[in-house]
Amino acid sequence: MSNPNSGTIDLAEEFLGRRTPMQRIQVTLHRYPYLSPLVVLIVALIIFTLINPRFVLPGNLSFITQQTVVIGTLAIAQTLIILTAGIDLSIGAIMVFGQMVMANLAITAASNATNFGLPPWLAITIGICASILAGAINGFLIVKLSLPPFIVTLGTLSVFTALTLILFKARTIQGPEMPDLLKVMGVAIKIGSFQLMVGVIVMLVLFAIFTYVLRMTSWGTHIYAVGDDPQAAELSGISTKRVLFSVYVVAGFITGIGAWIYIGRTGAASPNADPSINLDTITAVVIGGTSLFGGRGTLIGTLLGAFIVVVVENGLALAGLDQAYRVLAIGILVIAAVALDQWIRKVRA
Amino acid sequence: MSTQTLALDPLLTCRGLVKSFGHVIGLNGADLDLYPGEVLAVVGDNGAGKSTMIKCVAGALIPDTGEITLNGERKDFKRTQDARLQGIETVFQTLAVSPALDIASNLYLGRELRKPGVIGKVFRMLDKKRMRTEASQHLQDLGIGTVQSITQTVETLSGGQRQAVAVARAAVFGSKLIILDEPTAALGVRESARVLQLIKDLRDRGLPVILISHNMPQVFEVADRIHVQRLGRRAAVVTPQTHTMNDVVAIMTGAMTVDEKDQALGPVRSAN
Ligand SMILES: Nc1ncnc2c1ncn2[C@@H]1O[C@H](COP(=O)(O)OP(=O)(O)O)[C@@H](O)[C@H]1O
Ligand SMILES: [Mg+2]
Repeated sequence: MSNPNSGTIDLAEEFLGRRTPMQRIQVTLHRYPYLSPLVVLIVALIIFTLINPRFVLPGNLSFITQQTVVIGTLAIAQTLIILTAGIDLSIGAIMVFGQMVMANLAITAASNATNFGLPPWLAITIGICASILAGAINGFLIVKLSLPPFIVTLGTLSVFTALTLILFKARTIQGPEMPDLLKVMGVAIKIGSFQLMVGVIVMLVLFAIFTYVLRMTSWGTHIYAVGDDPQAAELSGISTKRVLFSVYVVAGFITGIGAWIYIGRTGAASPNADPSINLDTITAVVIGGTSLFGGRGTLIGTLLGAFIVVVVENGLALAGLDQAYRVLAIGILVIAAVALDQWIRKVRA
Repeated sequence: MSTQTLALDPLLTCRGLVKSFGHVIGLNGADLDLYPGEVLAVVGDNGAGKSTMIKCVAGALIPDTGEITLNGERKDFKRTQDARLQGIETVFQTLAVSPALDIASNLYLGRELRKPGVIGKVFRMLDKKRMRTEASQHLQDLGIGTVQSITQTVETLSGGQRQAVAVARAAVFGSKLIILDEPTAALGVRESARVLQLIKDLRDRGLPVILISHNMPQVFEVADRIHVQRLGRRAAVVTPQTHTMNDVVAIMTGAMTVDEKDQALGPVRSAN
């Protein structure tokens, strides 16, 4: 008969109507957690362009997207985990492990002792499966032994790193030794003078898929519920253990794709690849407005956060500041983001 | 089986439930009988084991020993989902709502509606529109919803509104039994009256209700029988007709005991 929604007042209006300007900002940011990274990114882009116009040249923008692709992809996995109020310190180690599995299995040069010469698609599949297995190990330890994710992944960070070195020695596999399929993520598609890497497209597709999953599926809803209040979720009939375990497994899968992208991006597979990647992904997620306490955040925010990390580095470099200042800037951004999150969370009270 | 005997058989029984938490004993051989169509109030001091007992019935806790039957069949619930599938819905004392989710998502948490067809089956897409429309309708039908918008997150609601959401969830999905653990604790006079009316409506629909409450006038208003819990077990079952509020308080504190023949251990309400 009557529209059940008639006569209801929109929450935002209701709340915005009787609050001070600061409270309005607080409520709005609470509702749309990706607004703050969006503002930060836009401001950064404007400032860096004003300082050095070379910043917005297609060549530099291509470079920025390529710099973002691995952090961005891994940050998807990190977001899922942090939404459950967990954390993964081993994500970079899993990625390195995955890429070394892929590269060593697919290697074509006869000179190598670990030369398996598997078809490239099979090597990639096994590499992704190895990453999934690593994620499953994290999930198992966290769920079955009820250990804190921070401690578990601190341990597996060392375990996976050591395992990589033991299994594959400390040998970097160079691009020419690998079949093309392993390096396909690094292929650039020219759009004018902008170079769009295949890996960037894959990253964006993953962002789209998992944004859908988080927003439009039960599993996504349950991830938020488990991170928000695990007891309440359990009493509501959600198997929190199953959700947690599945999140670490899926994170392993995404990290496996990240490993493939990493090979394409760097053109080689090195066991000593980028040790800062773990923390960079957490930085991207936190700057992206996702709460370390779980239950609140978006992947759009994480994508913006990943770009912010790279843009600030790149922009400050182009502005002539040295490495130390770039690190300092990122550190300040992280603390600002966490402080902002604390403030936003007070809406609840 | 004739309907006569059915009406006299308990819908739910607990026998000798024991549950300990380390050294603390939550339940110490608790019994409970619930008959079809009745409102059973469970009263008792803080720590008497009321919440622990209904958590066992709701599948949120697994008793150390003891037996729970539903319609004469033994049930060993491992999770709340097991009890929910049997039509048992519970409003826990802690409410068990997810603050960051909106009202509709909370109402359907753990049993979300998916879109029909391929979109729902293969792509697992939630039917958010339908959940919102129906949740909104349910809140209106129950007359306990005074929220502005169904897409409002629960953390922005007042304590009373949160309680309304939890009660609504139980009332909408409960098909066999509804358990309310102190549902009016955070409510004002008007909202409490609505919840009491809701309990009566549920009973009129033939749904039995277990109501845990500290509020004696409320208990005496709606209960058919009053189960008094003391030190982790059933001390007595009385009715508002046979005993006064002071009697019940005396039983709660151990100042009074009731002879078994004076108790209301059997059904008092003729199941309609
Ligand atoms: N999860 C738990 N851990 C430890 N002790 C508990 C737990 N739950 C209940 N208890 C204890 O069990 C006893 C009964 O508690 P409860 O069932 O909550 O009582 P009531 O609901 O009647 O107030 C209390 O002594 C309480 O402290
Ligand atoms: Mg209690």
